[in-house]
Amino acid sequence: MNIIVCVKRVPLTQEVDLEIDDTGKKIKEDALAYVINDWDNYAIEAAVRLQEALGGDVTAVTIGCEDDEEVLRRALAMGADRAIRIDPGNLTPDGYLNAMILAKPISELDYDLILTGVQSEDQNTGMVGIMLAEQLGLAHAAITNGIEPEEGTAKVRVELEGGIDEVSRIQLPALLTIQTGINEPRYVSIMGIRKAKKKELKVMSLEDLGFTVEDLTPQTRIEEVFLPPETDGAEMIEGDPGTTAETIIRIMGEKGVAV
Amino acid sequence: MGDIFVIAEHRNGEIRDITFEMLKKAGALAQDLSCSVTAVLLAGPGEVGEVFADKLSKWADRVLVFEDERLKTYDSDLYTGILAALVQEQQPFITLMGHTSWGLDYAPALAVRTGCPLATDVNDILLEDGRPQVIRQTYSGKLFSRVSFDPSGGYMITVRPGAFQVDTEGDKAGEVVQQNLPEGIQSPRREFLEFEEAAAGDVDITQADLLVSVGRGVGEADNISTVQELADLLGGTLSCSRPVVDKNWLPKYHQVGTSGKSVKPKVYLALGISGAFQHVAGITGADCVIAVNKDKKAPIFRVADYGIADDLFTVVEALKAKAKGG
Repeated sequence: MNIIVCVKRVPLTQEVDLEIDDTGKKIKEDALAYVINDWDNYAIEAAVRLQEALGGDVTAVTIGCEDDEEVLRRALAMGADRAIRIDPGNLTPDGYLNAMILAKPISELDYDLILTGVQSEDQNTGMVGIMLAEQLGLAHAAITNGIEPEEGTAKVRVELEGGIDEVSRIQLPALLTIQTGINEPRYVSIMGIRKAKKKELKVMSLEDLGFTVEDLTPQTRIEEVFLPPETDGAEMIEGDPGTTAETIIRIMGEKGVAV
Repeated sequence: MGDIFVIAEHRNGEIRDITFEMLKKAGALAQDLSCSVTAVLLAGPGEVGEVFADKLSKWADRVLVFEDERLKTYDSDLYTGILAALVQEQQPFITLMGHTSWGLDYAPALAVRTGCPLATDVNDILLEDGRPQVIRQTYSGKLFSRVSFDPSGGYMITVRPGAFQVDTEGDKAGEVVQQNLPEGIQSPRREFLEFEEAAAGDVDITQADLLVSVGRGVGEADNISTVQELADLLGGTLSCSRPVVDKNWLPKYHQVGTSGKSVKPKVYLALGISGAFQHVAGITGADCVIAVNKDKKAPIFRVADYGIADDLFTVVEALKAKAKGG
């Protein structure tokens, strides 16, 4: 089974104070640490497990600058066979353009499955995977948390609201967007990443792929970004831990929870 | 000007709340734009009758109904195929869909097929020079953005559940119009087999008066026990957010949120939970939310009643000491 997995490097923003840059349209990204998008990490693991069970090869693809190769090397260290980086140059693609750009090199490859994360941790749109499926004319399933390959089909489990899963059978080739928790992604060592440097990593520009400037008009534009208003929300409890604990227990009592 | 279309969502014989939330917002937008609201319903034969179409017609100027045996439940290819043909024929100005598991499955495909620009997971819709702009959250709720569309004949938006409140009754009496399925649509490539509910566990978090809930901030599996001890001391029940289940630190029946359970405790003590909207959606029924998080900008503080910006273990230890009579 040949599998393509699309990945993205994203800034780590938990426990970080985000600052808006001078354009007012994005955050200051320079000071942030970058990681593999959490959903994509599960997608890579799912791809590698299928390959280990059934044979075939895994190709990891990203759109990004040279620094973003870090997530491709990580995918290679996890077991992917080769990687492709599409360099967008000065272009900042929206979800639609990301899907359109990814579709071009992928359409030349031989695959049974394409896996992407459900969404990225930065823009949270959840659209790229399914738009890519449509660009390629593929059957698809969003928010997949289980895959059992069969002959020419796969039984897939997708997560609905309220703790309910929907089980269906999908024709291959297909694209699945992968939900966190579908597996336990393996640990990646620095040594493993070093070893994976021997594997093929191909870089392509938008020109290489035959795109012209006119092809690449985004469908959506961020006009401004802003931090959530600080005025609304919780009444903050200050003080040393002992005092804080006392206050919490008092509030619990007032709300009818006796301790 | 084209209408505002709202694609109804239903499961197991019930129209889901998101449908009415979208219809409510569509009504307000339609007033500003002097256009009308069309609800679109794809359903199994016989299901439509009084149950579905009548409810929708209270909120829409017309209800377009597609009935087919295969539409008893959601189908990726049929939804995309039918709606693409409908959008091409009727040219709605704005099409609203739920930012739900199913909405996420067909909306991006529908946008590509019709050529309409799409914005997803939208919290608010504004009109600028007669064109929509949307407000949406990024970085898991830490940042908001205002997004505009490339000019187009029609725009598509998926709406976050809970973004619009339905606090009134619908007062329209829209006409219900049966539609024929368009010719030549893709036959389903994904066959529905069954729904499966997550296994029940030894605790029922939906019935607890006090939930002591842990999130990613708990750090590792071994730290769960200390929070369990606190829950026991306080006479509460242990629950958690999604990352804790994803990492297999607790079984799924402890999970609060959209994909877990909705809870309604008297007190919800959120420890190291950042407050992703999928989690927050599960605690709207809580009487009082007390949140503890190291990150004073964590979105959970925007919905909590009380907040403590501190390390969760410091607070847990102090609470344990107090609970033991310290």
